[in-house]
Amino acid sequence: MRFINLLKIALRALNNNKLRCFLTMLGIIIGVASVITMLAIGQGSKNSIKAQISEMGSNMLMIHPGTGQRGGVRQSADDMQTLKVEDYETLRDNAKYITAISPQVSSSGQFINGNNNYPSSLSGITPDYLDIRKLKVKSGEMFTDHDIATAAKVCVLGQTVVDNLFPNGENPIGKVVRFNKIPLTVIGVLEEKGTNSMGQDQDDVVLAPYTTVMKRVLAIDYIQGLFASAIDENLSEEASDEITAILRSNHKLKDDADNDFNIRSQQELSEMMSSTSDMMTVLLACIAGISLLVGGIGIMNIMYVSVTERTREIGLRMSIGARGIDILSQFLIEAVIISVTGGIIGIIMGIIASWLVNVIAQWPIYIQIYSVVLSFVVCTVTGIFFGWYPARKAANLDPIEAIRYE
Amino acid sequence: MSDREIIVLENIRRNFIVGDETVHALRGVSFRIREGEFVTIMGTSGSGKSTLLNILGCLDTPTSGEYLLDGISVQKMSKNERAVIRNRKIGFVFQNYNLLPKTTSLDNVELPLLYNSAYNAKERRERAIRALDAVGLHDRLYHRSNQMSGGQQQRVAIARALVNDPVIILADEATGNLDTRTSFSILTLFQELHARGRTIIFVTHNPELSDFSSRNIVLRDGRVISDTYNDHPASAREVYEALPKETDL
Repeated sequence: MRFINLLKIALRALNNNKLRCFLTMLGIIIGVASVITMLAIGQGSKNSIKAQISEMGSNMLMIHPGTGQRGGVRQSADDMQTLKVEDYETLRDNAKYITAISPQVSSSGQFINGNNNYPSSLSGITPDYLDIRKLKVKSGEMFTDHDIATAAKVCVLGQTVVDNLFPNGENPIGKVVRFNKIPLTVIGVLEEKGTNSMGQDQDDVVLAPYTTVMKRVLAIDYIQGLFASAIDENLSEEASDEITAILRSNHKLKDDADNDFNIRSQQELSEMMSSTSDMMTVLLACIAGISLLVGGIGIMNIMYVSVTERTREIGLRMSIGARGIDILSQFLIEAVIISVTGGIIGIIMGIIASWLVNVIAQWPIYIQIYSVVLSFVVCTVTGIFFGWYPARKAANLDPIEAIRYE
Repeated sequence: MSDREIIVLENIRRNFIVGDETVHALRGVSFRIREGEFVTIMGTSGSGKSTLLNILGCLDTPTSGEYLLDGISVQKMSKNERAVIRNRKIGFVFQNYNLLPKTTSLDNVELPLLYNSAYNAKERRERAIRALDAVGLHDRLYHRSNQMSGGQQQRVAIARALVNDPVIILADEATGNLDTRTSFSILTLFQELHARGRTIIFVTHNPELSDFSSRNIVLRDGRVISDTYNDHPASAREVYEALPKETDL
C-alpha cells in the first residue's frame, strides 16, 4: 500500500518533467542497447566459428609425434619418427573410444596434368579419413583397403586441384596425374567444403593410400601423424587417455618418461578459437559497459539537480507528514523508474539494432537471454546506486529550511 | 467552544547556537489553546513567531519546556514520529501556497493522504473532493496549479490542510502574498471554517488581522506580551463585500 503510494508519487513527479526524464533515460537506453548489440555480435561470431569447427569434425583427435624438450633441444615434429604403422594398427584394433582412425603422411609438390600444373600436398591416409574430416566423394569412388595393401597408384582430388589441373572442365576420373614423376590415376573427386574459419582452402587436397605415399613417394617407414574420431565429442578426453595408454605401452615408455607423441583434440582447438572471440566479446562489452556507466552518472547528475530544484517541494512533503524514508524512497524510485524504463527501451532497441546488423551487414548475431537479463539487472542496480546519494541528500533536508528555500 | 485543550505550551524555550553565540528565540512561552479557537499570533520579525510556529507544527522541538498537542507530548518524539503526527493532526497553510507545480487541485489535496496508508485511492479522492468543496473550489477539481490565481491556489492549499481532518490548522502569513480583496476572501474562508468548529492558528505580522480572530497573542523578543480575547470579531465577509470590485475582470 505504502509502496504503491510512493510509486504513484514518483510517477507524478516524473510526469511533470517528461523531457528531462527522457533525456536522462537516453543515456541508459544507448548504454543498454549497445551492450545488447555488442554481445549479440560477439556471441554470433563465436557461434559461427564454433559451427565451422564442428563442421571440420568436432570429435576429431590429432596425434603427432614428438613432444617437448629432450635434452634441451626441440625437434620439429616432422623429423620425429616415433609413430609407426604398428601404432596405427594397434589403435585401430584395440582402442574402444574411437570410431575411426587413419594414419597420415603427406608430401608437398607439383601435380602435373599435361600442360597444367598445380602445387598442392598429397596426403596418404585410409578411407576412414573421410569420416574423420567429414569429407565426401562427389564423383568416382574412394580407394579401398585393397589399394592400401597394394600401395596402388591412385588418388582422390579436391575441387581446387581439379579446377587447376583440368581447367577446361573435362572429367578427371580415370585420368592420370603426375606427382614427383609418379603417375597417379584419379579415381574420385571430393565434394567442395570451401574455406574454413582460418581462411584455409579445404578443397586444396589430394588423397592417396598412405602406403603409396610412404613407399612410393617418401620412402619412409614411419608415419607423420594419426587422425582419429572419438565416439562422441564429450568422450574425446577419454579417447585421448586411452590412446595415450596404448601408445605408451607400444613404445615401452617407462612410467616417468615423457610421452613421445602429443594428442590434440578438436575441442581444444575450438576452445582456443572461442577464447579469442571471447576476448573480443569482453572488449565490446567493456566499451558498452562504460556507456552504461556514463548513463548512470547522467542519472545521478539529474537527480542532484532535481533535489535542489525541488527543495521546497521536499520541505512541503515533509511538513505534511512525509518521513525521511518516504522522501528517500520517492527519489530512489524515480531514479529506478528512469533506469529500468531506459533499460527496457534499450533492450528493445538493442534487439532491433542487432537484427539490423544481421540484415544489413550480414554479420552473424546471437542474442543470449543472459545478456538481456544482465543489462536489466545492471540498469536497476545503476538506478539504485546512482540514485541513492541524491535521494539521501533529499531525505536529510531540514523541513524548516526546505519549505522556505528560494 | 469546548474545553478540550488542543495545544498546551509550558515554559517553552528555544535556543539556537550561531557560531559562539547562543540566540534565545523563545524565552519561556506558555499558553493553552482550546478546541474551536481562532487565534492570531502576532509579532514583528525577530519576535520568535516563526520559531514558535515551527514548534507548534512539530517541525522543531523546544530546547526546554513541555508541548502537548491534543494531549500527546511532542518533546521526546523522534523525527519520524513527528512526521506522522504532522500528517495526522496538523494542517499547514503557507504564505506561498507550496502547491506541487503542474499538478491538479485534486492531486495536490490528496497529497497528505498518500502518506497515510489507512486510506485507499477511493477514500482519498472522496475526501479531497469534499475538502475542495469546503473551500468553494468544486468546479476547479482538475485545474492545474499554474492555471489558477493566487487566491484559488491558496484555497487549494487550505483544502490540502483540511483533507486529513486535523485538530489544528496552522497558517503562516496565509494572506501575505495576496491583494487586499483576495486576502479578505481568504480570511472569510478561515472565519467560515472557524464557525464550523475548526481550530485555527494564524501567524502574521499584520496587526489588522487581529480584529477578525477570537483571540490574539502578541510576541516580542521571545515572550508573550499580550494575550487578549475578542468576543466580537469583525466579519471579514462584510469588509470583503464593502471593498470596490475594480480588481475583478
